[in-house]
Amino acid sequence: MEKLIDKQRVVQHMNGRLLRNNVLKFLFFLATLFGLIVLVVLLYRIFTQAIGWLNIDFLNNFPSRRPENAGIKAGLVGSLWLMVIVAPVSLILGVGTAIYLEEYAKKNRFTDFIQTNISNLAGVPSIVFGLLGLTLFVRELNLGRSVLAAGLTMSLLVLPVIVVAAQEAIRAVPNQLREASYGMGATKWQTIYGIVLPAAIPGILTGSILALSRAIGETAPLVVLGIPTFLAYLPRGIFDTFTVMPMQIYNWTSRPQADFQNVAAAGIVVLLVVLIFMNSIAIFIRNKFQKRY
Amino acid sequence: MELTVVKERKNKQAEERSEKNVVYRTKNLNLWYGEHHALKNIDLDIYENEVTAIIGPSGCGKSTYIKTLNRMIELVPGVRTSGEITYRGRNIFDKSYRVEELRTQVGMVFQKPNPFPKSIYDNVAYGPRIHGIRDKKILDEIVEKSLRGAAIWDEVKDRLHTNAYGLSGGQQQRLCIARCLAIEPDVILMDEPTSALDPISTLKVEELVQELKKNYSIIIVTHNMQQAARISDKTAFFLNGEVIEYSDTDKLFSNPDDKRTEDYITGRFG
Repeated sequence: MEKLIDKQRVVQHMNGRLLRNNVLKFLFFLATLFGLIVLVVLLYRIFTQAIGWLNIDFLNNFPSRRPENAGIKAGLVGSLWLMVIVAPVSLILGVGTAIYLEEYAKKNRFTDFIQTNISNLAGVPSIVFGLLGLTLFVRELNLGRSVLAAGLTMSLLVLPVIVVAAQEAIRAVPNQLREASYGMGATKWQTIYGIVLPAAIPGILTGSILALSRAIGETAPLVVLGIPTFLAYLPRGIFDTFTVMPMQIYNWTSRPQADFQNVAAAGIVVLLVVLIFMNSIAIFIRNKFQKRY
Repeated sequence: MELTVVKERKNKQAEERSEKNVVYRTKNLNLWYGEHHALKNIDLDIYENEVTAIIGPSGCGKSTYIKTLNRMIELVPGVRTSGEITYRGRNIFDKSYRVEELRTQVGMVFQKPNPFPKSIYDNVAYGPRIHGIRDKKILDEIVEKSLRGAAIWDEVKDRLHTNAYGLSGGQQQRLCIARCLAIEPDVILMDEPTSALDPISTLKVEELVQELKKNYSIIIVTHNMQQAARISDKTAFFLNGEVIEYSDTDKLFSNPDDKRTEDYITGRFG
């Protein structure tokens, strides 16, 4: 039989192929290394700056004109207040939307249109959401520069991300599980509540927590809302004004005194710790409840 | 004159008797997926306490038909039907016939074992629970009875509260059968229940089907002709969305009326 493949030429080509294989492996490794090095340098600078300034007083003090007295208490507590609004509002609306779109809505042009818009909204710059919040919540609904106004604005900002994450988690639940449930005479809601949500919740929570940590680190929309950066008291309710950590840090970095750069670094460390804490909850949930089908 | 009255009465009685034994009566059923005409003028009666096998090559509509019997087919977007299927004398397409009600009478076992990612106990108790049974004692009883009914009790009784995903494929499929028995159905639909199983598990499921037909009417779709011949009382041969032949299994496999049936069962195509 006539051979169509010349084995000798295959062997001649072998060296080039293997070389390319190794070169590309090295390039991809470099790409990873680049990000890592930048991150390490950044963290190193921040931590060396922050090291003398991080103490209990820093967590317990309000901002001050003197760097040695300045603390992040108002920002830290304010960020937690923000979450009191953002977490329930964005979770309820986001997961509700995802359930409707995935389980109830018929696939037609209208739902396609909604779907495309949700994905696009996830990419809209956060400052645009700030302008929306300023017009709608601060002015139109007269909520002022309150926890509620800022929380609703932030909820809108993270809502698209939560919707998309929840949709993906719901879509990942195999259809055969739904069929099994319907096949026993379960209603749609029983199927969603008893089968789909328990299977989808790890994915929903992971996505949502990551979205919430974005809301904690976000500054631009709050600048537009006019949230103060220098506040020597804590909010007592959702209608009080407040400040958050990133705003506080932003304010410190723009101060002329050199020491305030170190205060800002200390603030960044606190913010990072909160973010890492939230992300590790997400990772914990994912590992603990992840199910394979 | 009198004679004809007697005759009519007798005919009527005979009809009533056969009516009682018919579980499903399909009359002139047509089904379309969008433009695709998937089932064409199906007429088929399915009898009580029998195993009815549906055979045919891939894409002949056999799965579509069995999914129509409990209206699972409606989960597929763009499906239209015409004609009538009566279950125990009631048209299942009637607006007043709630689909949840139909499915408590008609259980279904699927092609791939599909236990829920829950414990073995919760899998079996799922059906009774959604129908409102909360009493722990009754649930315990249903779970044991169903698992025994599916011939898997002895294998799982010591680990009822472990995850069902730890079971082997064949055990999972019998668990799905137990889960289906737990709603105490009248009919069990099986859509190629052994196609994902190894030969020994297949044998166990086949034995189980023989056992179950004493109490249930079973409709089983299979692409395995030997299986149909082994376990069924009646066999319907589907081809391109039509019923080519429907008769006693012995007759269909030994002496088919239609040339196409003969070609199919002798392996000339499909």
